[in-house]
Amino acid sequence: MDIRLSGISHSYGDLEVLRNISLDVPSGKIVCIVGPTGCGKSTLLRLIGGLETPSKGSVLQLGVPAEDCLNPLTYVFQDFALLPWRSVAGNVSLVLEDHDLSRAETRKTISDVLARTKLTDFARALPKQLSGGMKQRVAIARALAVKPAVMLMDEPLSALDSQTRELLMDDLVALWTRQPFSAVYVTHNLDEAVRMGHSIVVLSRRPGQIREVIHLEKPLDERSYGDSDLQFRQKYLWNLMRDEAKAADSELINV
Amino acid sequence: MGPDPDTEETDIARQVAFRGGGFAPTPYRWIGLAVFVVLVGLAEIGTQSGFISPLTLPKPSDVLLTFAELYDSGLLWTHLAPSLTRLAVGAALGATLGIGLGVLIGLFSYIRAGMVPLVAAIFPIPKIALLPLFVIWFGIDEASKYALIAFGTFTPTVVATYGAVDNVDRTLIRMGQSFGMSWKSIVRKIILPGAMPGILSGLRISLAIAIILLVAAEMLGAEHGIGAYILEAGALYNLERLFAGVVILSLLGVLLSTAIGAIERYVLRWRT
Ligand SMILES: Nc1ncnc2c1ncn2[C@@H]1O[C@H](COP(=O)(O)OP(=O)(O)OP(=O)(O)O)[C@@H](O)[C@H]1O
Ligand SMILES: [Mg+2]
Repeated sequence: MDIRLSGISHSYGDLEVLRNISLDVPSGKIVCIVGPTGCGKSTLLRLIGGLETPSKGSVLQLGVPAEDCLNPLTYVFQDFALLPWRSVAGNVSLVLEDHDLSRAETRKTISDVLARTKLTDFARALPKQLSGGMKQRVAIARALAVKPAVMLMDEPLSALDSQTRELLMDDLVALWTRQPFSAVYVTHNLDEAVRMGHSIVVLSRRPGQIREVIHLEKPLDERSYGDSDLQFRQKYLWNLMRDEAKAADSELINV
Repeated sequence: MGPDPDTEETDIARQVAFRGGGFAPTPYRWIGLAVFVVLVGLAEIGTQSGFISPLTLPKPSDVLLTFAELYDSGLLWTHLAPSLTRLAVGAALGATLGIGLGVLIGLFSYIRAGMVPLVAAIFPIPKIALLPLFVIWFGIDEASKYALIAFGTFTPTVVATYGAVDNVDRTLIRMGQSFGMSWKSIVRKIILPGAMPGILSGLRISLAIAIILLVAAEMLGAEHGIGAYILEAGALYNLERLFAGVVILSLLGVLLSTAIGAIERYVLRWRT
């Protein structure tokens, strides 16, 4: 299943946040979105997932999601959004309980996704016992459990320290390599963008418009920390964004 | 290599002074009990020595004796049983209705718009003042006492509950919606457990109010009950009995508060 954004504009009252965004998310690819703070990245993601409706334009699903897909558009949040009163396994089972699956199926799905995210040993732990990296792995496991057609990730690694982020990036790449998923991956970290993205969409400062779309051919599992060609791309991206970021940073916030 | 401690320490090396203490509540369990013991001990010494006249304060030991008599004669149970029943029925009724309405206010904007001003209007009324009204409505028997206690617990519970529902982390609700959870599931699995801490701490206050109203109701018309017992003792200026009754109430309060504490520790063990 592909996602097509056609001519999306969005405003909050007088505040124009996004302007005329047209974009395709092909199935099995990761599309990274970078842009200066406040340019509407999170808003765009909420529009794609149907948590808000755009003022203009439309979000289209092209084709039908796979048969076993329980929740085609699935979020991974920056702040994890785990229920603190449920165990790791309980947090995963939460999103399966509303679908009529047999008990055996549910149990199988849970143990499968926990194994894929290396959490099997922590199935009964409560979120308060987990480190930030593990919490985000739980959130990823929960997202995988509903077999999404597209994962919508809003700065999934931003709350983590840089070593944990590096490890989790490897985990995500491994997950993708084993079973490619489509994703829209919002980040403000250009290193993440060049490591995770098949294509990178650069947004201008608010109102967010597409400045440029960059395609990276190198396979995900061949990219690694400090690759010189990736650093070259990253530098190029930074040059694109520098002035926008500077301007965005010194704007008054009107909330 | 660091500097040689023997030669240099005295003039330049100085221990950095610790200044990070305090402002961290630490549980000292026995201090509360010790304060009690010391106060009662002082009262005993004061009354024994005649420094405090028996008309001001009864001897704690006499109060204890009265209490033992009460227990031996079986009268303790005669008074305690109806009181506990009234408390249980009234508080359960009030708390249940209160939590129910509170959740509805938290969930539905129309109900909120309609009920919040009403609750605000009812909250400050001293419920004891309404007892005669309840007697007319529900009769002089138990029903009016239940109603009074229920009404008194109801309003604080409502306010605490809808506040608790309002405070449930919005991102968790968003998460539930984004996974396509049904409305019912979101309420049952995200909102209600998320509101639990607030509801329980509201219940603490509501139950204390329930005890106050219990005594008030019993003072205004009951044959048996702690309140009736205290009223009778007061009318006869029997301070030992009066204090025995008051001690029972205090114990009841401590007991309920401990019970809620235990429930909190169990239900909210997920909290950091
Ligand atoms: N619900 C809302 N109501 C009004 N304004 C909003 C709302 N949500 C976002 N905004 C505004 O829209 C703009 C874009 O917000 P958004 O969160 O999408 O930016 P972002 O690109 O994700 O920023 P960041 O990099 O800081 O996460 C901001 O100026 C923000 O204040
Ligand atoms: Mg954002």
